[in-house]
Amino acid sequence: MSSEPYFRSIVELAAALDAKQLSSVELTQAIIARTKAVEPRVHAFNSFDEADALAQAAASDARRAAGQACGALDGIPIGLKDVIAVSGQPLTASSKMLKDFVSPYDATVTTKLKKAGAVLWGRLNCDEFAMGSSTENSAFGPTGNPWDTSRVPGGSSGGSSAALAAGEAIATLGSDTGGSIRQPAALCGIVGLKPTYGLISRYGLIAYASSLDQIGPFARTVEDAAIMLGAIAGHDERDSTSFKIDIPDYRTELATNRGPWKLGIPKEYFAEGLDPEIAASVERTIAFYKSQGCEIREISLPHTQYCLDTYYVIATAEASSNLGRYDGIRYGHRTSGATDAVDIYAQSRAEGFGPEVKRRIILGTYVLSSGYYDAYYLRAQKVRTLIRQDFLDAFREVDALLTPTSPVPAFKIGEKADPLALYLCDIYTIGVNLAGLPAISVPCGFTKSGLPIGAQLIGQPWNESNLLAIAHSYERAHEWSSKFPSL
Amino acid sequence: MNYEAVIGLEVHVQLKTQSKMFTRVAAGYGHEPNTLTDPVVLALPGALPVMNKAALDAIIKAGLLLGCEIAPVCKWDRKNYFYPDSPKNYQISQYDQPICVGGVVEIELPGSARNIMGEHKKIPLTRIHLEEDVGKLNHGATDSLVDYNRAGTPLMEIVSDPAMHSAEEAYAYLSSIRATMIYGGISDCDMEKGQLRCDANISIRPVGATHLGTKVELKNLNSISFVRDGIEHEIKRQIAAVERGGTLVQETRDYDGQTGTSQSLRSKEMAHDYRYFPDPDLMPVKVDAEWKSRILAECPELPFEKQRRFIEQYQLPYSLTSVLVWDRTLADFFEEAVKLAGSSKAQAVGNWIVNDLLRELAAAHLTLATSRVRPAHIAALVKLVDAGTVLTNAAKEIFVEMAATGDQPEVIADRKGLKAAPTDTNELETWCRDSIAANAKAVAEFKTGKDSAINALKGPIMKAAKGKANPKLVDETLRRLLGSI
Amino acid sequence: MSTAPQLDIDHIAKLARLALTPDEKVKFAQQLGDVLHHIEQLAKVDVSGVEPTAHASPVFNVWQADVAQPGLSVAEALRNAPAQRDNMILVPKVVE
Repeated sequence: MSSEPYFRSIVELAAALDAKQLSSVELTQAIIARTKAVEPRVHAFNSFDEADALAQAAASDARRAAGQACGALDGIPIGLKDVIAVSGQPLTASSKMLKDFVSPYDATVTTKLKKAGAVLWGRLNCDEFAMGSSTENSAFGPTGNPWDTSRVPGGSSGGSSAALAAGEAIATLGSDTGGSIRQPAALCGIVGLKPTYGLISRYGLIAYASSLDQIGPFARTVEDAAIMLGAIAGHDERDSTSFKIDIPDYRTELATNRGPWKLGIPKEYFAEGLDPEIAASVERTIAFYKSQGCEIREISLPHTQYCLDTYYVIATAEASSNLGRYDGIRYGHRTSGATDAVDIYAQSRAEGFGPEVKRRIILGTYVLSSGYYDAYYLRAQKVRTLIRQDFLDAFREVDALLTPTSPVPAFKIGEKADPLALYLCDIYTIGVNLAGLPAISVPCGFTKSGLPIGAQLIGQPWNESNLLAIAHSYERAHEWSSKFPSL
Repeated sequence: MNYEAVIGLEVHVQLKTQSKMFTRVAAGYGHEPNTLTDPVVLALPGALPVMNKAALDAIIKAGLLLGCEIAPVCKWDRKNYFYPDSPKNYQISQYDQPICVGGVVEIELPGSARNIMGEHKKIPLTRIHLEEDVGKLNHGATDSLVDYNRAGTPLMEIVSDPAMHSAEEAYAYLSSIRATMIYGGISDCDMEKGQLRCDANISIRPVGATHLGTKVELKNLNSISFVRDGIEHEIKRQIAAVERGGTLVQETRDYDGQTGTSQSLRSKEMAHDYRYFPDPDLMPVKVDAEWKSRILAECPELPFEKQRRFIEQYQLPYSLTSVLVWDRTLADFFEEAVKLAGSSKAQAVGNWIVNDLLRELAAAHLTLATSRVRPAHIAALVKLVDAGTVLTNAAKEIFVEMAATGDQPEVIADRKGLKAAPTDTNELETWCRDSIAANAKAVAEFKTGKDSAINALKGPIMKAAKGKANPKLVDETLRRLLGSI
Repeated sequence: MSTAPQLDIDHIAKLARLALTPDEKVKFAQQLGDVLHHIEQLAKVDVSGVEPTAHASPVFNVWQADVAQPGLSVAEALRNAPAQRDNMILVPKVVE
């Protein structure tokens, strides 16, 4: 536990706020000061609005002073990835295409956080349009990993992860399409959760790959993640892909669900390409669970080798269509040169999009184009069925799967220039999105050079409760979240 | 060489719903620009579509009315192309699993005369599906302005088989669809408001051939007569080109209704690759038997069916039914009035409606809904005439006043002194006896069974009565007297 | 490194409305060629009898009742417009 307010958990701070040990305004001021102090080195934010945050904090304090019942998030500064709409705030997707765009409406998760009384703080950097695994694809410059700012925080939600790790926010929201919450959480030594597809509304989330995207929380602890999840989960009429399902009280269920559980270890996730220090750390994690009476079983997910390819066909196809709307006509960057209504599209988009976005749009357009649909998109959707079936078969035997989150620890900014090399960062996270499952990354150690390592737990569909409990049991017995980067 | 035309029509019908197809901002026409938008309509970052239930009800109804198979499961696809009136740069539509398959549209071609029913044909449909409309581009000299009010409005696309062979058939087809949609309350089909739009696919081939020739798509047919004229013009153009020894190119042509000419828009070389794929933001639709039967219960009798029934059930002449059935409210009004007046009076009721009521409505710029005349008024007037209380000329005068005031006909008759003079039955009897006495030949003919001979006896009586005798009483009296001879 | 023979980058860039520089065309064609080469292995999977996953857990008939809700004001709708006139979005003349 740290004495600095900006390193404390939601649970601790909620108690402190309720006990009037500090006010939301004081807490928010501490966050603002911390942000200003470290941002020159971290660059987690695309923008932030101090006056707006302090106004929200003051409103929270007024609620407490008036004796209103305040939930755990009331008055807590929470950062949002710059792909989640907040009315009146910039919504840039870290892209030149939207650099001046201001959203006229709130995402559903924004509405829910406001209702919970949270202090929404800043617009967090990410890979452009959520496409990337390092946040190096941001049009506004990379984010530095707080543990070593010459290294990447991961991506695409690198800003959300780094901000929390650096103490620039108490919790944050990111989005995860192929690992974009879990991988940065692992690289920054914090907790990151991707829910079951359909649990959290996507209304107001800039779409990358519609059938894979989910919003999720970054937090210091599993209990904090449970609180965040409870605040933003639930059916939304405005999102036809969100499910009608009862939302349990994730936080209270943590206290009662103690296991033991059956954990599956997919053998394909411990093959070549896995950093040996990470492998060792995850082995120790497995050993811990075994020591707690959990049954450990080696299982197989036979279609693992096809996950990356399946993902890149489906995600880029959907993205190529989702990004069609960014044309500089109704909003966004419009080229100054074109006199022709046809030419204006190609120029505006060429100027507005970065190279990775262009690559994925081209790939996606290609796999959907005439003559190729059956060979690529349709085939990938069939392989996806097999991938999902692998997981569901495994879940007949075990409660959850335990794997490394990332095959490598945080690498140097600029180190991985080849797109394919960056795609390989997602090999352990990507299958989860294809199968629509919930998964969480928890800190499980550090490399010898002091870089964080994360372990991933993959849960059964709709059973976030169990997943959180399994993660919580590990966390309770370890001190990783008490270590902080020295910025 | 004789050529025949082969024509298929793609008709877009805008549904009459409160809100748009995939979002709940209001749908509408004629509003100030960009006042009917929301994040979904404008395709703002993060917006998502949600289906409109009423639009599904409406297309199922259209499908049932047109005899389509309603697909048990259907889904949504994205049709990807870039254009300023299309906010997402893809249109949500249905590609390979449309909600309605097959179907048929009954059409009537003009008869040899206005009072003779023309030939009826059944034009088979390929499919009907749902999609969303695009915004409106207003073209200026050097730039264009886009209004997104129309974007996202529910649109039904009705695709016919290439089964029509003349501009006349196409015109009749469009009229029939229009009437059916209005009847079903599915759309107002006002072509001026863009609620009904039509593109035609036209090719020609030698008479007797079974292959299809090179197809030309004709667009911008934005009135029902432009559809007929444009198609006729295109058929002539194609035949002329072929007879000149030229070849036809597959293309899209734009018809100019003012000048009666068309020009090529773009050759099909630039055909779009729409890259259709299932829309991941929308769930598929399942239509079960229960849903279908609920909609079926709401389906009205179709115009042609009603027309056939009116002819048979009420013994109405074709020309009268032609006026009555194409307006459902008028047809319903007619049947109400007949219910009150009695089926034997159907023709009289029909005549009053078609001749007098429509004339009065037009003169006063009213509709049936805003007029003061109710079915009971017509029935009452018919009864008065029938009973001889008022004569035909007086009745016509009463009608005009009735339409203006909504007063009951008998009240008007009294007020204006229009009731027929009470018949002096003695005087009438005398006139009848006199006529019988003076027309022995006619009487003899009548007695041998020639019923029409009685008419010869009526003339002198009407003359004697100076036209004011009640024809019915005259007839009754004569028959009574003749019966006792 | 191979370029996938089918990837006609000019054609695809046109379909996607992306004006690429000659350098980009060469670079992307090569990078995507590598990716496509990797993706080719999907052809090895036996997918006979397998249904495509349209949605992870399919549900049918997700809709709302046809009740009109308030939308954006004209000001909000056009707030981010690059060019406008008379409350409409302005674009260069569209030639059919």
